[in-house]
Amino acid sequence: MTTKIRELLAKHGALPVSVETLADTADLYEAGLSSFASVQLMLALEDAFDVEFPETLLNRKSFASIAAIRDAVASLTEEPVA
Amino acid sequence: MNELAKAKALSLTERARRAAAVAAANADDVDAAGRFPREAVDAMKAERLLGIQIPAYLGGESATTAEIAEVCCILGQACAASGMVFAMHQIKASSLVSHGEGAPWHEAYMRRIAADQLLLASATTEGGIGGNLRNSICAIEVDGDTCRLTKDATVISYATEADAILITSRARADSAPSDQVMTVFEKGQYTLEKTHHWDTLGMRGTRSDGFIFKGEAPAEQILPKPFAEIAAQSMLANSHILWSGVWFGIASDAFARAQVFVRAAARKTPGTVPPGALRLAEASNLLQLVKSNILAALQQYDAAQKDETKLSSMGFAVAMNNVKIASSQTILEIINHCLLIAGIMGYKNGTPYSLGRHLRDAHSAQLMISNDRILGNTSTMLLVNKQDTSLLG
Ligand SMILES: Cc1cc2nc3c(=O)[nH]c(=O)nc-3n(C[C@H](O)[C@H](O)[C@H](O)COP(=O)(O)OP(=O)(O)OC[C@H]3O[C@@H](n4cnc5c(N)ncnc54)[C@H](O)[C@@H]3O)c2cc1C
Repeated sequence: MTTKIRELLAKHGALPVSVETLADTADLYEAGLSSFASVQLMLALEDAFDVEFPETLLNRKSFASIAAIRDAVASLTEEPVA
Repeated sequence: MNELAKAKALSLTERARRAAAVAAANADDVDAAGRFPREAVDAMKAERLLGIQIPAYLGGESATTAEIAEVCCILGQACAASGMVFAMHQIKASSLVSHGEGAPWHEAYMRRIAADQLLLASATTEGGIGGNLRNSICAIEVDGDTCRLTKDATVISYATEADAILITSRARADSAPSDQVMTVFEKGQYTLEKTHHWDTLGMRGTRSDGFIFKGEAPAEQILPKPFAEIAAQSMLANSHILWSGVWFGIASDAFARAQVFVRAAARKTPGTVPPGALRLAEASNLLQLVKSNILAALQQYDAAQKDETKLSSMGFAVAMNNVKIASSQTILEIINHCLLIAGIMGYKNGTPYSLGRHLRDAHSAQLMISNDRILGNTSTMLLVNKQDTSLLG
C-alpha cells in the first residue's frame, strides 16, 4: 500500500522535492503539498483503493505524511497495513 | 477604580455604542479625507475594546467571537472603516490567543495588548501573490536568536498607526511557498518604505497603503505553530465572521436609513403604503438571511473549537468560505434596494438618507480576498468533500 501511495504522491502531489527523499513520517505540507494538490491526491487515492474518504478524514492531519495517509486508507479498507 | 474596571462596569455593547458614536461623528470626514479614524480608535482604546479577546488571566476579558462580532457590527453601522480596523485587529489577536498560549513571548505580549491597548496590523498580501495568503515568496531568515524579514507588502491597513504588524513569510530560505510562519514585529523593529498609496472607492479610512517591510527582531517572536494551522484553525473563521459582522453593520445602517425614509413617507400620506415599503420588505428578508448566516457560522465555529479535527476539516472550511461569499454579495443587494427606496435623497451626500459611503465601502467586501479566489478554493474542496444534506447537522 505504501508503494502505491508513494507512486500517487509522486504523480499528483506536485511536490518540489522527489518523493524518494521523503521518509514515511515526513511532513508533506513542509515538503510543499498545497491544498489543491492534496485534493488531487485524495481523488487519486479514492480511485486507486476504491474508497471514499468520509468527512472525519478530510482534514490536514489525515494527509500530513505518507504514514498518516496509509492509516487513513487502511481504516477504510480491509487490507492490513503493510 | 482602574481603567479596565471602569470600562467593565458597562456592558460590552454599551462600550461599543459609545465608541461607535465617536466613529459616526467622524465617518464622513474620515471617508472624504481618506484618513485613519484616529478619534474612533482612541475611543475604542478608552473603552478598553482592543484587549477584550485576550484571556482574562492575561489581563483581557476572554470575549467570545460572537461578542466581538457584535462589536464589529455596532462599529460598522457607524463607520465601516473604523469597524474594519477593529475587526482586522481582532483577527490578528485571535491568532495570538489561539496559537500563542504557552509561548512565553507571546503570552507576555498579549498582556501588553490588554494593558496598553496595542493595535495590531496584518501583512499577508504580497506583490506577486495577491490574496493567495497560503503562499509566500518572501522568507524569514533566522540567524541565531534573531530573525530578519523583507516583504513587498502591497496592502497593509493602518500600517503606520499600528503598534505591531503580524506578517507571514516562508519558514526558511529553502521552504516551499506554502510552508509558512507568522511573526509579530513590534513598532521600532521594522521600517516601512511606502510603495502604494491607498486612494480608493471605499474603506478609505483603513489607509491600506503598500510598503516594503524590513524587520529585525528576536526569533522568539515567530509564532510557534505553522501558519497553515493558524490560517485553518483561527484566521479563516475569525476573518470571515468578523468581516461579515462589519458588513452586516453597513447593510443594517443602510436599511435603517431606508426605513426612516419609508416611515416618513407613510406619515405624510396616511392610509396608503408608500412605494418603497415593498422593497424595504425585500431588503428586510435579505438582511435576515445575512444575519442568520453569520449566527449559524458562529455556532459552527463554537462547536468546532471544541474539536480540532472538525476545525481543520474541509466541511468547516467550506462553511466558513460560504459565509464570506454570502455576506459580501448580499449586502450589495440590500444597499441597492435601500438606494432605490431613498432615491435622490440616498444618492446625495449629506442627507440623513445618504448611502454613497455605504455602497462604496460595501464594494470592498468581494475583493477582500477575492470572491472568485474563495469560490475556487471551495470548488476544489467539493471534489472530495460531500455536502452535509441534513438540516441540523
Ligand atoms: C479594505 C481592505 C483592507 C485590506 N487590508 C489588508 C491588510 O491589512 N493586510 C493585507 O495583507 N491585505 C489586506 N487587504 C488585501 C486583501 O485582503 C486581498 O489580499 C487583496 O485585496 C487581494 O488583492 P488583488 O485583488 O489585487 O489580488 P488577487 O488575489 O491576486 O486577485 C486579483 C484578481 O485576480 C483574480 N484571481 C486571482 N487568483 C484567482 C483564483 N485562484 N481564482 C479565481 N480568480 C482569481 C480575481 O478575480 C481577483 O480579483 C485589504 C483589502 C481591502 C479591500
